[in-house]
Amino acid sequence: MLLLAPFIAPARMHIPDGFLSVAVSIGLWVLSAIAIAYALRRVSGDLDERKVPLMGVLAAAIFAGQMLNFAVAGGTSGHLMGAAIATILLGPWAAILVMTSVVGVQALIFQDGGLLALGGNIFNMGVIGVFVSYFVYRTLLRVLGERAVSVHVSGFAAAWSSIVVAALAVALQLALSGTSPANIAIPAMALVHAVIGLGEGLITLGALAFVHATRRDLLQLGQAQPRGGRLVWAGGLILALALVVLSPLASSHPDGLEWVAEQQGFLEAAQGPTYEIIPDYVLPGVSDEALATILAGVVGVVIVFAVAVSIAYTRRRRASTAS
Amino acid sequence: MHIHFLDPYRPRASLIHRLDPRVKLVLTLAFIFTVSLLPFGAWPIYVLLLAASLSIIVASELGVMYVLKRAALAFPFVLAAAPLMFTMSGPALMTIPIGSTVIAISAAGFERFLSIAFKSWISVQLAIVLAASTPFPELLIAMRAIKLPRLLVAIFSLMWRYLFVLADETLRLMRARAARSGEAAGAKAGGSIAWRARVTGGMAGSLFIRSFERGDRIYAAMAARGYDGEIRALPLPPIDLSAKLTLGGGLIILAGVLGLALLVWP
Repeated sequence: MLLLAPFIAPARMHIPDGFLSVAVSIGLWVLSAIAIAYALRRVSGDLDERKVPLMGVLAAAIFAGQMLNFAVAGGTSGHLMGAAIATILLGPWAAILVMTSVVGVQALIFQDGGLLALGGNIFNMGVIGVFVSYFVYRTLLRVLGERAVSVHVSGFAAAWSSIVVAALAVALQLALSGTSPANIAIPAMALVHAVIGLGEGLITLGALAFVHATRRDLLQLGQAQPRGGRLVWAGGLILALALVVLSPLASSHPDGLEWVAEQQGFLEAAQGPTYEIIPDYVLPGVSDEALATILAGVVGVVIVFAVAVSIAYTRRRRASTAS
Repeated sequence: MHIHFLDPYRPRASLIHRLDPRVKLVLTLAFIFTVSLLPFGAWPIYVLLLAASLSIIVASELGVMYVLKRAALAFPFVLAAAPLMFTMSGPALMTIPIGSTVIAISAAGFERFLSIAFKSWISVQLAIVLAASTPFPELLIAMRAIKLPRLLVAIFSLMWRYLFVLADETLRLMRARAARSGEAAGAKAGGSIAWRARVTGGMAGSLFIRSFERGDRIYAAMAARGYDGEIRALPLPPIDLSAKLTLGGGLIILAGVLGLALLVWP
């Protein structure tokens, strides 16, 4: 728990300069640039001139909306990152541009995240956040059907998973850069952001419920698939799977921590109590440890989805019997 | 209530303020790039660059304390690198007994942690000087000059223009929530966390709907003034000779420092 503490204090994802190695920063810049260039082509290809001022104003609204917070407990508060709500309101391509502007202004003007690290921050919050939100929202909405409840559930799940997957990406990038050991950074970031993601999910749900009740026409994603939507869907699926699979693989690799742990003998003390259903994230009966860790991660994701879907179905049935 | 305090620009008549924004942006990026290329533990070079950044802060007349205070705000992330101290292998620098266990701090890990913190600290100082000495419209010119896509720059400029309006809108929403929320000493305020989150979500939702409607009105106003989907801008002003010399000189110095560091600390 002592080693988790550092990740709770800066409960945010903006990586400052100096934390990513040059190779990782440049790689992420290239990936972001490709995504932005493609999004620009899509948006200007749609020739929807009305969208340009709208994107500017919504970027400002997301920036300002991040000030909205609510007290959770003990001085902490939940607030909004906004990738999911931007994706749902604007479609994936415009959302990438909006999130790029938000993250860019945060870095350039308010030093929230570094300038060289900006490529990474755009990739995590803009590209991953948007792709994963789109994939989750779209899939759940298809499964659950077009109803108010399913819009709420899908919005919540999209927001939560966008935060958690982006946090995994941050941890992985820090580990790749050699600034934070993988076996501490990844579980810590995942754990902390699984909780922070609940705040994001709840606010997104509230906002969606409000928009759904007053201006249903704005929820574009409920209607026809945008152009290039299949690409985003597949991208979201691949990014989510890759990060969920890669993270336990990276953190199961024994590195520095083991040395200290073995030397001081607190390995036994640190292990054991927390995970009960899937002990230590490793499935019993599978001999290869990395494979078992991956399987455990996949099973965990499937369980979360199953719970979300079944809650939605029961609520739907109750709603239809009531009416 | 208007929140102009969001804008970090602080007008002065300093040399740094007068420098061409394009040169300023490129030099800041080059400085940060150099700092992140420096090897771990190259302390003399770090101190040299700290001296450089402090003299730039002094030359900018922003006030050393102002910049350092803002730089401290960006500091908590440093804790993310803290576990390195305990996890890197190598000889132990010192051992801390906690209860029955003993935690060892490795020397190599400690040096790397300090290096990361220091590099991050000097980088953020220059980023603050850039933001505080350059009005945003000039940064937009610099963005155009380094060939960012026009549509993206257009979104940036519209975002900046309406940022303060929407921040005011948000503050109004929050004031309204505070006004309708009763509070009594000793009593638990508000409902469950889920209820509070839903209230906040409703506020976010109405913020977005108001923004959508504002976006429509802005589009109508732009269309009435002849907007045809193309954002036009004045041609970029020429860069004068002294700015060019500053750019060249700065880049050469940074390259020299980097070369020296890589030579001495392979």
